[in-house]
Amino acid sequence: MEIPLYEPKSSHSWLQRLHIDLPLLFGLLLLSCVAFVVLFSAGGQKIDIVLRQAGRLGLATGIMVAIAQIHPRHIRLYSPPLYLLGVVLLAAVHIFGETSLGATRWLNLGVVRFQPSEMVKLTMPMMIAWFLASQPMPPTLRHVSVAGILIIVPALLIAKQPDLGTAFLVFTSGWAVLFLSGLSWTTILVLAVLGGSLLPVLWHFMHGYQRDRVLMFLNPESDPLGRGYHIIQSKIAIGSGGVFGKGWLNGSQSHLDFLPEPSTDFVFAVLAEEFGLLGCLGLLAIYLFILARCFYIVVQTQDKYSRLLSGALTLTFFVYVFVNTGMVIGILPVVGVPLPLISYGGTSMVTLLAGFGMLMSIQTHRKFQPPLESQ
Amino acid sequence: MNLDLNETDHFRENKVFINRIVACVLFINIATLGLVVRLVYLQVVGHAHYSNLAQDNRVKISPLPPTRGMIIDRNGDVLANNFPTYSLEVFLDQVADLDATLTELKKLLNLSEDEIDRFNTLRRRHKGFAAIPLRLQLSEEEIALFSVRMPHFPGVEIQRRMLRTYPYGELTAHVVGYVGRISEAELQNLDPSVYSGTYHIGKSGVEKAYEELLHGKAGYQEVETNVQGRPISVLGQTDPQPGTDLYLSLDIGLQKTAKDALRGYSGALVAIEPSSGHILAMVSNPSFDPNPFIQGISRTQFESLQNSPDRPLYDRVLRGIYPPGSTVKPFMALAGLEYGQITVGRRVNCPGFFRLPGSDHSYRDWKSGGHGGVDLRLAITQSCDVYFYQLALRLGIDRMNHYMRRFGFGEKTGIDIDGEKAGIYPSSEWKLKTRKQAWFPGETLIAGIGQGYVQATPLQMARAMAILANKGKVVEPRVVDHMQVPADTEEPFPLHKSEDIPIPPGDWRAVVDAMIDVVHSPRGTAKGIAGGLTYHIAGKTGTAQVFSVRQDQVYKRMKVTAKLKDHAWFVAFAPAESPRIAIAVIAENGGHGGSIAAPMAKAVIQQYLKGR
Repeated sequence: MEIPLYEPKSSHSWLQRLHIDLPLLFGLLLLSCVAFVVLFSAGGQKIDIVLRQAGRLGLATGIMVAIAQIHPRHIRLYSPPLYLLGVVLLAAVHIFGETSLGATRWLNLGVVRFQPSEMVKLTMPMMIAWFLASQPMPPTLRHVSVAGILIIVPALLIAKQPDLGTAFLVFTSGWAVLFLSGLSWTTILVLAVLGGSLLPVLWHFMHGYQRDRVLMFLNPESDPLGRGYHIIQSKIAIGSGGVFGKGWLNGSQSHLDFLPEPSTDFVFAVLAEEFGLLGCLGLLAIYLFILARCFYIVVQTQDKYSRLLSGALTLTFFVYVFVNTGMVIGILPVVGVPLPLISYGGTSMVTLLAGFGMLMSIQTHRKFQPPLESQ
Repeated sequence: MNLDLNETDHFRENKVFINRIVACVLFINIATLGLVVRLVYLQVVGHAHYSNLAQDNRVKISPLPPTRGMIIDRNGDVLANNFPTYSLEVFLDQVADLDATLTELKKLLNLSEDEIDRFNTLRRRHKGFAAIPLRLQLSEEEIALFSVRMPHFPGVEIQRRMLRTYPYGELTAHVVGYVGRISEAELQNLDPSVYSGTYHIGKSGVEKAYEELLHGKAGYQEVETNVQGRPISVLGQTDPQPGTDLYLSLDIGLQKTAKDALRGYSGALVAIEPSSGHILAMVSNPSFDPNPFIQGISRTQFESLQNSPDRPLYDRVLRGIYPPGSTVKPFMALAGLEYGQITVGRRVNCPGFFRLPGSDHSYRDWKSGGHGGVDLRLAITQSCDVYFYQLALRLGIDRMNHYMRRFGFGEKTGIDIDGEKAGIYPSSEWKLKTRKQAWFPGETLIAGIGQGYVQATPLQMARAMAILANKGKVVEPRVVDHMQVPADTEEPFPLHKSEDIPIPPGDWRAVVDAMIDVVHSPRGTAKGIAGGLTYHIAGKTGTAQVFSVRQDQVYKRMKVTAKLKDHAWFVAFAPAESPRIAIAVIAENGGHGGSIAAPMAKAVIQQYLKGR
């Protein structure tokens, strides 16, 4: 008896062949549209800022689609060498790196300047997922320790640049994998207590300006002329926006230069001032929609590597959103983390969309590849 | 069986994983809820409050710059002070058309291109709240001129400011230093909350070294303004933390005597209190008036200072490195005694030259006929070179290096002012490293009389004298005597703990007796200054040969005058029996130390000891 092959609905077929997940793509594009609207206002109403951002979006989308073509099997295979490459490049940054604004983050490859810490944001969860996927779940103490070392080394290298924000994100992406792999709650508790007791040590190694930021976060009003200025002005911008906002292009805080870095790290404040609470909730809704779709992909996964990687990428994406908005509204310290896909800048966009490319690959290959490829 | 186990495993893994996903979703929901609650708090509950604040940010935060600490000498004379002045400043956010305003003001007050340029650099760095100065010191007429037209210039105001002044001008230029406008590079490293509203920063000397303490911390004022941005009322104020007053150990009267003594010569004089290391006088001649630097010195004025062949900007005390010449001989004698290479009584015959064994090159004594038989005392009194050639050869360069370093040769003194040079005291290792060459025995001889590679600053010489006067107790020079440091600040220049030098009392006595003879014996090289002294000065003359000239300018000048004269040194401490002052003087191209440099030192010592 002939079993008929599974025929996907024709309207989806070209997207499936391109390995694109439509709901996810829709969410990301919606987010980018919001970004263009806000950036036009935040960047001093210059259309070229929007155009440049659109150009970057195009490039980053291309990379996302390209990565989506790679079978998760191959992504898994490439994880250790890519991780190693990342660590080597991080070490190279300390030796040959270029310094700008007091921090050494860039490697000059002749044609482009390249930030290895961005690459590690992806290779970190890939590596930890690769390592834990070959072990039984939940991981034993020995495996947890090995994974811990794999996480700590690049995180410390990045923290030394110094770039605490990225170091924290990289650290989180690694721990997200460990968490998803079923690390027991007691272990988590013990590690949290240990980590907490290490905070004074960390404080000791911080740079002066990093300490300032933490102190300023604890009490911004203590220093309205210096570091605290950013947070105070940001809060004024958001609060004065009210429920409905002052309207597009009418944010006085943002346009009178009171707000620091209105198109990058503090772009959320511009949105909050001009579009009010409703605008903020709308943005959060789009983020939640994307997250919901990601979780849908995560629970559909069949193999351990895919589920660990996709879960970690999803969780990290949320952490990005939370750390940035938390900073802008004054509930987290000021660390230089951009708002995903809204902030002006190309580097973080490429990294984020590359991550979504992996999620799409995991989703589309699982669903459609086996019936087409088997036998 | 096996399959079964795998099945259970798989099932359990799934369960754990789903559990974790649920935990993640829960976490995300709670965190998002937190964000929403905070947004509601800011945008709904706090809306009225923040709206008020945001109304064109009508509540202004304006910085209140602190008053810079004064610098005061040991007798209470003020060396660096502040005086009130009126400046013209621009609040950028209140000026509608900046270019037009500037053009108008330029016509009205005759602003120079320099002033406009400086304003534009400052403008680019400040955001929002700061007032940018256009001119720091307005004359009475300018104030009147502008006041009448003030309504035509919204956002431009006259502000009262404190400006630095140095009453003693060039007398204290090097040691006290001066403040100048904050440069772009300096701004990068400043904490904006401490420096907002401040336009000056210490550029050299004490002003630079103690910048943090002298400056203090800015306060701020929350001012409510009207629509034009003029202040209506003060809502709240945090007072600035004024800078700390610094009390120097310097004695301005002694400083003046020292400067007068050096008149006619390029050179330097340093006087130290041996017991504490406190600097009593510190003069580099020629000097310059620091006051024009405060408001930005004009290019031509600066270039004339910069290009002057006498180099008035150059601090010879800290940065002038000279061969110390014969002034090293007392220390060499101590080294010889320490390593058992000489005894106090042993005599050496000085025929006027010295030859290394197996070589026919003659190393000459300064006295061509020779000194005849000399013991240690006479060798120092008459500054016999042959005696010290022989001693150097016995010691060897590495032992000399080891011993001399303990007196601070080749090392920074650790004074509480930036920019001092370490000088050089060579060793065979040093030469191999820097010149890629082996050490020659002939170089040991030359080093033995303080020539060749040996180089020291006047400050190093004065300090070495102080250590000798202390019988080996090592001190670090300090310009600042005391200050009232706020409780939570660290001492800016903590003393380094250095090991004292154990000098046997007999050795010390022998060397110091010889140094007393330098001044008080009829055969001494500085016998000319002995008249009228009621106490003993222990001293040593020196002449530094100018065989290798480091500074082109000086070299050219000497060619012109055709006088390749040596630098004249004199180092001393007094009273010899209970030392209260140690001193080093160098007069460039002064010739003989005994006749030129020694009287300079005497003038300062006399004044200091007479005064107390």
